[in-house]
Amino acid sequence: MPVNETLAIYSDYAFHSAVGIYLLAMLLHLGEYARVRAQAVLAREAVLAREAVLAREAVPAGVVVDSADAPAESVSRGPGEPVSPGRSWPERFGRMAVALTILGGLVHVASVVIRGFAVARWPWGNMYEFISAVCLMAVLTWLYVLRRNPGMRPLGAFVLLPVEVLLFLAGSALYVKAAPVVPALQSYWLTIHVTAVSLASGLLMVAGVASVLFLVRRHSRGGGFLDALPAAETLDRAAYRVTIFAFPLYTFAVIAGAIWAEAAWGRFWGWDPKETVAFIVWVVYACYLHARATAGWRTGGAAWINVVGLIAMLFNLFFINLVTTGLHSYAGVG
Amino acid sequence: MTKAIPEAAGTPEPEHSEQAEQTTSTGVPETPTQGAESADSRKIADSPGGGGVSDGAWGVWGFVRNTWRGLVSMRTALVLLFLLALASLPGALLPQRSLNPAKITEYRQQHPMLGPVLDRLGFFDVFASPWFAAIYLLLFVSLIGCLGPRTLEYARACRAQPVATPRNLNRLPHHAGAEVDGSPEQAVARVRDQLRGWRTAVREEPDADGRASFTVSAEKGYLREAGNLVFHLALLGLLVGFAAGKLFGYEGQVIVLTGGNQFCNSGILGYDSFRAGALVDGTSLSPFCVKVDTFDAEYLPNGQPEHYRSSIGYQAGADLDAGATGPWRPYQLEVNSPLRVAGDRVYLLGHGYAPTFTVTFPDGTSRTQTVQWRTADQTTMLAEGATKFDRPGLPDDASRRLNQIAVTGLLAPTSSGGKVITSVFPAPLRPEVAVDVLRGDLGLDDGRGQSIFEVPQAQLQSGALTRVARQNLLPGQEIRLNDGTTVRFDRVTQWVGLQISHDPAQDFVLVFAVLILLGLGTSLTIKRRRFWARIRPADPVAESERTVIEIGGLARTDQAGYGEEFARLRTVLLGNGGPEDSDNPRPDGTRDRGGSA
Repeated sequence: MPVNETLAIYSDYAFHSAVGIYLLAMLLHLGEYARVRAQAVLAREAVLAREAVLAREAVPAGVVVDSADAPAESVSRGPGEPVSPGRSWPERFGRMAVALTILGGLVHVASVVIRGFAVARWPWGNMYEFISAVCLMAVLTWLYVLRRNPGMRPLGAFVLLPVEVLLFLAGSALYVKAAPVVPALQSYWLTIHVTAVSLASGLLMVAGVASVLFLVRRHSRGGGFLDALPAAETLDRAAYRVTIFAFPLYTFAVIAGAIWAEAAWGRFWGWDPKETVAFIVWVVYACYLHARATAGWRTGGAAWINVVGLIAMLFNLFFINLVTTGLHSYAGVG
Repeated sequence: MTKAIPEAAGTPEPEHSEQAEQTTSTGVPETPTQGAESADSRKIADSPGGGGVSDGAWGVWGFVRNTWRGLVSMRTALVLLFLLALASLPGALLPQRSLNPAKITEYRQQHPMLGPVLDRLGFFDVFASPWFAAIYLLLFVSLIGCLGPRTLEYARACRAQPVATPRNLNRLPHHAGAEVDGSPEQAVARVRDQLRGWRTAVREEPDADGRASFTVSAEKGYLREAGNLVFHLALLGLLVGFAAGKLFGYEGQVIVLTGGNQFCNSGILGYDSFRAGALVDGTSLSPFCVKVDTFDAEYLPNGQPEHYRSSIGYQAGADLDAGATGPWRPYQLEVNSPLRVAGDRVYLLGHGYAPTFTVTFPDGTSRTQTVQWRTADQTTMLAEGATKFDRPGLPDDASRRLNQIAVTGLLAPTSSGGKVITSVFPAPLRPEVAVDVLRGDLGLDDGRGQSIFEVPQAQLQSGALTRVARQNLLPGQEIRLNDGTTVRFDRVTQWVGLQISHDPAQDFVLVFAVLILLGLGTSLTIKRRRFWARIRPADPVAESERTVIEIGGLARTDQAGYGEEFARLRTVLLGNGGPEDSDNPRPDGTRDRGGSA
């Protein structure tokens, strides 16, 4: 299987472009906050008015339940601004950020697809490719969430932050040249298992960020840039809805991994470090779902568990592959 | 695993309750205030302890009962789940005996204080340790304690009629009302028509004037709880299957030289290493034989392996019974495609090289041996080992022991050349060995086992074994020792490392895993919801018949998406929009759980 070097180089160009575009999008999202803050000083009474709106919105938000049922919350808009003529600066920044995220996502897709053609195999065979896939899934999840619920837009900066950090690591320290994979990875289960894992991880990453911001929002006294965030209830609900979608998918990914392990390593489960932490992650998210059904744990407690889940998941994706030695230690590192 | 913890009143987000309300609303109409019932009031309500039970007995019984209730409560399940995650963590961070015993030795050397303590506490065998077992057994007891009653309750709920229509539909989160054309009977028919696929019950309730009024109660989404129960029961099944696999399964590794060498799964002595399940004594392994013909590996120019392939033949069943005349069925053994035969699986897990040496003794007799050497470097496949020879034709043990010969050293499949050789490529392109020839007593008959890859260091140190030559050899080259003995390096043969695995329960585990997935998907996507309609004749003023329809809806679990369904029903049944707002937020945030139902 010869590697098409030209395509591989184009894939790398696309990767670097995507990282740059995401960075720009993140900065624009931050600009959105900066402008909100400046305006908050200028228009104090407008802020108060908006807080009143927020307070009013916060109550139905807890009951109406589905953001799709509710009209898109306009929290992200500047304080009491007129919708026309001409959008306010935060609005413009936010819109530009979303447009750039979409562009970045497209370039990122191109990078992954071209890489796949360059190596003539499914392009998640090493840590660089895998992290790229996970981040792409996170960005796509984020864009989907945003489409369903435009009020979530100010989260963009916080979703793109981990994506940016991970992509930077993947593109620098963990980068490997396009190449065929070792025999153990030559299986159609690579496609099934790793696709499911990266999609579930991308989803859980977005859910985890929403839970972190929910906790921040809940414990903040209001004021400052946090006011630009969606209401706490909206964040919590988004985290929950993404998680209940991701959890069965993650379960499927683990089962697919077990089926593959049975064919490749001689047993479906052997408490290899990666398997162990996958189990831990699964149990933590099971905790989350149970906490959602336990009085007194439904919101705050559950959100903390979701954050623990996020940490465990990231720990499994990266630490286990890079630091411990186990059967998942190929992937072009260590 | 929800148990008797109803939601406390005033919980801000009851709509996300996964299952909590199911225990209290078993199809019996409840008034909205019952929703606020606390856990304590439930306990008092069901406390047994009738007359005739003494205080002491009641105390013991109460203790047992409270312990049991505590164990099966949701909170306990949550804590146990959390403990399970926490207890698994050392399994990933500390070396584990089942994976790599050598690393434990290393760890104990690096941490002389901590290592032995951790070892005693089972931290190097987390998944076999009593404390880990305690956690998951408690968890599963809690699960059973929770599933039993819930299954019964679910069976009851499935037979029960949908709950009666609440008196005041305005209090539901979704509601609407309008006056439409037609008789009440026609309206009932229309409502029922729209509620196909729902479980419905129509009840007559004469109003104050004695005119015929109707209520329609409907409920949908029973599969949610079914999925939930299937998920949890399948978890139990998975655990049982896993345990059965550990009890009745076995796993062994063996190295077989290519070129038609055979391995028969007849007993554990045939294996290089063997791990038996607790109920496996090794006397009844699945009978089959494999014969390894060739092994091919393809490498990239940088030495990364691209493909491993081994042509083997196998015999099982009737072929095996036919003995030597039985046919060998061919199979291409590859890394991701094991041979599945006679209930066992044969895997290609490794490969390596075995040099062939011929020793010709001064009396003209010669001995040729091909013994596998172990791979010292996985990237370049540099191998190390020891090939041991016994000199034939000697009269007694004493002189035999003085003349044993071992050829030990390194084998480079693609040699770098030069005085000190190393391997530069994993394929056998330019094999060369760098060997020491040792002569003397190998200690083969001192009663102790010894590695086939090494000579005993003690024999070397005591002088019982001495080095008589050191040289690099290409195939065909030989060393002449001082007594006239020659040692010739003939060629290199490949060996394959096979693993034979037997797990009679793994198909069951797969079935349960699929059930887990189905149950999970069902319970997280299906929403249990209720719908009511109250239909009464309009005030008899107009000539044509008019009917008043009031409708109300409630999602019993996650309400996401229910609003759209309700809005659709409202539009169809009431025409474009009842005058009333369909969403009915409760400003106090204490909305009903399970609603007025």
